[in-house]
Amino acid sequence: MKAVVWQGTNRIGVETVPDPSILLPTDAIVRVTSTAICGSDLHLLDGYIPSMEKGDILGHEFMGEVVEVGRDVKKLKAGDRVVVPFNLACGVCDPCRRGLFSACDNSNPNHRMAEAMYGGVSGGGLFGYSHIYGGYAGGQAQYVRVPFADVGPFKIESDLRDEQVLFLTDIFPTGYQAAENCGIVPGRDVVAVFGAGPVGQFAARSAQMLGAAHVIVIDRVPERLKMAAASGAQTINYEQEDVLVALREATGGRGPDHVIDAVGLEAHGHGPGALLDTAQQKLRLTFDRITALRWAIMSCAKGGTVSMPGVYGGLVNELPLGAAFAKGLTFRMGQTHTHRYLPDLLGRIEGGEIDPSFVITHRAGLSEAPDLYKTFRDKKHGCIKVVLNPWA
Amino acid sequence: MTTHSGKAGAQMTPAERVAYGILGVGLSAMGLRGGHPAQRLLLGAAGVAVAAQALTGRHPLATALKIEQNADGEVKVSDAVTIGQDADKLYARWRDLASLPGLMTHLEQVEVLSEKRSRWTVKAPAGTHVGWEAEITADEPGKRLAWASLPGATIENSGEVLFRPAPGDRGTEVVVRLGYKPPGGATGAVVARMLGQEPGQQLRDDLMRFKREQELGYAPTARGQSSGRAGAGTGTQEGRV
Repeated sequence: MKAVVWQGTNRIGVETVPDPSILLPTDAIVRVTSTAICGSDLHLLDGYIPSMEKGDILGHEFMGEVVEVGRDVKKLKAGDRVVVPFNLACGVCDPCRRGLFSACDNSNPNHRMAEAMYGGVSGGGLFGYSHIYGGYAGGQAQYVRVPFADVGPFKIESDLRDEQVLFLTDIFPTGYQAAENCGIVPGRDVVAVFGAGPVGQFAARSAQMLGAAHVIVIDRVPERLKMAAASGAQTINYEQEDVLVALREATGGRGPDHVIDAVGLEAHGHGPGALLDTAQQKLRLTFDRITALRWAIMSCAKGGTVSMPGVYGGLVNELPLGAAFAKGLTFRMGQTHTHRYLPDLLGRIEGGEIDPSFVITHRAGLSEAPDLYKTFRDKKHGCIKVVLNPWA
Repeated sequence: MTTHSGKAGAQMTPAERVAYGILGVGLSAMGLRGGHPAQRLLLGAAGVAVAAQALTGRHPLATALKIEQNADGEVKVSDAVTIGQDADKLYARWRDLASLPGLMTHLEQVEVLSEKRSRWTVKAPAGTHVGWEAEITADEPGKRLAWASLPGATIENSGEVLFRPAPGDRGTEVVVRLGYKPPGGATGAVVARMLGQEPGQQLRDDLMRFKREQELGYAPTARGQSSGRAGAGTGTQEGRV
């Protein structure tokens, strides 16, 4: 089959690789009909997430048709149309039973790598996302092996198009969880979203669905801001305005009640903090560039929430913790418990409340993936979201 | 978790202290002999540091690797895991000593000799094997199992496993505490760890294997998945992004 393969830092190729097979009785094989490139794939591309190996198949946003199931799979059969959450969960451990699917105790076979880095515990495995997260082959391919097939894959039985349901695998639930984590008081709370990439777009629209009185989206890329404005959000281009001043003005001096950092570890930005982050990251003195997080903390209202769907990898310097303490902020963060949100969000799509395909700007065949990774990374040609057809 | 008593870090045996003392003096002497000034400074400083370690008796590498050792030269290892099963079931799995090699990959074989006595064979560094006889010293079904090696063991060791109800409906907390005297003292423990035979990590892996066996009934794996690694694929299209 054809698959998008990590060939080394900043090297992506499309290769012919062996078809996947059932390795455990709880596995299924899915023929991928649509797959997408995620912003967090870019952290793999440029090597900020360690433990990638040459030849790893990328991709964690995919859907398709079940073609084969292991002998212990009960809920799925060949022919079922499914979306597959990007994270793997066993469904039986204590975190899974509490709905904390991304914190699954059992789905990461390489738990010891994550334990060494992350305080003696490991979250669940992820598709196509390095060996720290299990080394599972990803879905930017014609076929994919799906472990825990009775737990993850979610059947689509309506006639919605792939493009309307594909983002249930990651970016829609991720944006939604970020907004839900804010604990928005409907009709009262103002929510600011840093980063108008795909997750930021869904976070902003989810905040609106959850009743935010006003939503403000901050970015520097005009077409991203335009897309956010189309939903009725106020936008701020941080390259044209002092973002902290603009947010104070927009909120009557209070600051947004909740701030969502939909950027994560590779924030751009300007000013001494951003320069210091970049210099330290190049010298390996810090892992993550935190301009967005710093702005989130500095702008947030007293008693507010800083919600972080953006991925962070390691240790950070110059975190304004004193400001967070002084304002009594709450921090919510972590990988998305995708499985938990699928039924509700599918219902919202079926009910016409949202059509997630609004975010797509580029459609192509798998062979164009290397070029489109670059286009997406460099934010060229208005690129916000890429969907690939493995069979085109 | 370190509930056991013991000095922080690891102590050297008298023989190790003499060896480190000689090494330290030797390095310092090399530093005095001449060469590039930076090299002399470096050798001299290293020599003084090693000799100072010998004087204090603290094993530098073992301390750096956080190998815990008590006054008797015993290395202590402990870890815990919560498993969503009844204590009785977990205890029964552990009490069936002959089946433990299925859970602990470094165990070669456990022969049950009598109700209390058993013979253990363990994989040791560099493809060797070590064996000893052990005796169960405490047996409280569903709660606790303790054992100790009998006199004459190559590696004197003892241990206990506790099964405690976890708060709420989370099942059972399994706590394992091990103690052993590595052959060769703290240096032996360092060498063993360098060779990848690290009891703390082995214990952690064993406990996670136990949890997955009991909760899932199998071990999740990504081994054998398709990839583009050498020999696995053809028709590579190189791409620099």
